[in-house]
Amino acid sequence: MKLFRDISLIFNRQMQLLLRNPVWIVVGVFQPVMYLLLFAPLLKPALGVRTNAEAYEIFVPGLLVLLAIFGGLFQGFGLIAELRAGVIERSRVTPVSRVALLLGRSLRDTVSLIAQAVIITLLALAFDLRVFLGNLLLAYLMLALISLMTSAVSYGVALVVKSEDALAPLMNTVAQPLLLLSGILLPMTYAPGWLQGVADWNPFSWAVNGTRALFRGDLGAPDVWQGLLIMAVLAVLAVAWAARLFAKSVR
Amino acid sequence: MIETRGLRKSFISRQGREKKTVEAVRGVDLNVAEGEIFGFLGPNGAGKTTTLRMLATLIEPDDGTATIAGADLRADPGEVRRRIGYVAQGGSTWDDSTAREELVLQARLYGASKAEALSRSAHVLESFQLSEYADRKCKTYSGGQRRRVDIALGIIHEPRVVFLDEPTTGLDPQSRAHMWDEVRRLRAEGMTVFITTHYLDEADALCDRISIMDNGEIVASGTPADLKREISGDVVRVGLPVSAVSAAASALEAYKLETYEDNVRLYVDDGAVAIPQILRALDAAGVPLGTIELHRPSLDDVFLTKTGRSLRES
Ligand SMILES: Nc1ncnc2c1ncn2[C@@H]1O[C@H](COP(=O)(O)OP(=O)(O)OP(=O)(O)O)[C@@H](O)[C@H]1O
Ligand SMILES: [Mg+2]
Repeated sequence: MKLFRDISLIFNRQMQLLLRNPVWIVVGVFQPVMYLLLFAPLLKPALGVRTNAEAYEIFVPGLLVLLAIFGGLFQGFGLIAELRAGVIERSRVTPVSRVALLLGRSLRDTVSLIAQAVIITLLALAFDLRVFLGNLLLAYLMLALISLMTSAVSYGVALVVKSEDALAPLMNTVAQPLLLLSGILLPMTYAPGWLQGVADWNPFSWAVNGTRALFRGDLGAPDVWQGLLIMAVLAVLAVAWAARLFAKSVR
Repeated sequence: MIETRGLRKSFISRQGREKKTVEAVRGVDLNVAEGEIFGFLGPNGAGKTTTLRMLATLIEPDDGTATIAGADLRADPGEVRRRIGYVAQGGSTWDDSTAREELVLQARLYGASKAEALSRSAHVLESFQLSEYADRKCKTYSGGQRRRVDIALGIIHEPRVVFLDEPTTGLDPQSRAHMWDEVRRLRAEGMTVFITTHYLDEADALCDRISIMDNGEIVASGTPADLKREISGDVVRVGLPVSAVSAAASALEAYKLETYEDNVRLYVDDGAVAIPQILRALDAAGVPLGTIELHRPSLDDVFLTKTGRSLRES
């Protein structure tokens, strides 16, 4: 009970500060909309599909997963600012749950990611994308798990390195190959065999396949439950690891 | 209220490839009584913050034991957290929050209900004279106002002990004096206050007892007055007409004294007590008096004799 109370205290505080600074909404939505408008039209011939709707069916889930990965991985910067301001140390002298210090923040990231995803989905609907509500909700669950995991990882790394200068290159180095090998922008079906073999080891490639299956309306595809399961396990591991770091010494 | 035995902490710091061990705190024994203002005086890098962070459960000691407000630091850090407040050297407020928001959150993290947190925050804002700025963002505060918010955050849950790490560093003289009043008020409310400083005058004027720390070790402990007396007691310098010096010396022969050309110097335990007696003795012997001055050794003299360095220089 105390855990839930603590999580909601931290979450509410973080949400309040986020909403006070509406710039993120503009930035967070502007970029994906650019992708939808300027990049997606190139896809129709590239993917060899007949309609815009089909192109979006492949592209939109990839875009959403991309946002979940990157949005999460860069949350650590905010935490470093909080460390520097002494806010984290101030929390750590209270009896507040250390798991809540992490989860309150990660849930804020997840909620803002879902908000972003909803806006993008609505726009894509205007471009003839069609998706069943139930499938969409499952896809959002996938996104939430991804965002929970990547933001927890980012917070954990931030607590270890404690400086923006170290965090930025580190996160980029991790994110680039993950992105390229996940088939996010283009499906890996077009990749040569060896590349597909490598991509199979990238958990995000499973997540993307699962999300695409959901947008396709193929709820029964094994990609769906496999993707969800892999993301859930990784999210739990990441949260456990980062929460332990919150409990340990932080300066 | 606070008792520590043999507290130790070393850090491994990397400089390029080389690993270096810094022994930040090397065996600290402390006894802080309930309801006193206890001061930790020491130069930069002495290990004051490290000691405080250990006592506040933020870092684990390598060795040693501590009991704080009746709770064992090692066995029950959670209970220690509930009983203490801690104000970090570097501050703890977030630019985009207001003082009231910060206080309400902090009170709630300590377990208060929303209504309770609101009323406590209002009360604390009032007593720290912050009500006027309470709903402005912290980034708009002056250094002194912001520091008062930090202290308010540290005591919002009415702890029995509060640790203040250099609460007055960087403040102008007026804000410092204001802060001293706040600290005395906390003591008056029954709190035990553990404060670090590298200002001699602050340790002297504000603290009931102090420990002087250097290089991770405590080099002296006691009331500021005792510590200074330990050095040499007080020096009373009696200025006289040259012709009266020998008469004065014989009239004051009960004291440890040295004669100079136009004055005598007496080494006494407590100048304030000795001066009236000296005056009476000189008067009774009919010695004409020129001037009388009392010199007190400062805490810097204490630091100097214990470490061979002056605190002002380090
Ligand atoms: N996390 C850390 N890693 C490495 N070294 C550290 C760490 N924290 C403190 N130290 C070192 O331990 C020593 C004691 O530092 P500490 O901050 O306790 O000193 P201080 O008495 O508070 O000094 P100041 O008056 O400057 O605040 C210093 O040499 C410092 O560099
Ligand atoms: Mg310090």
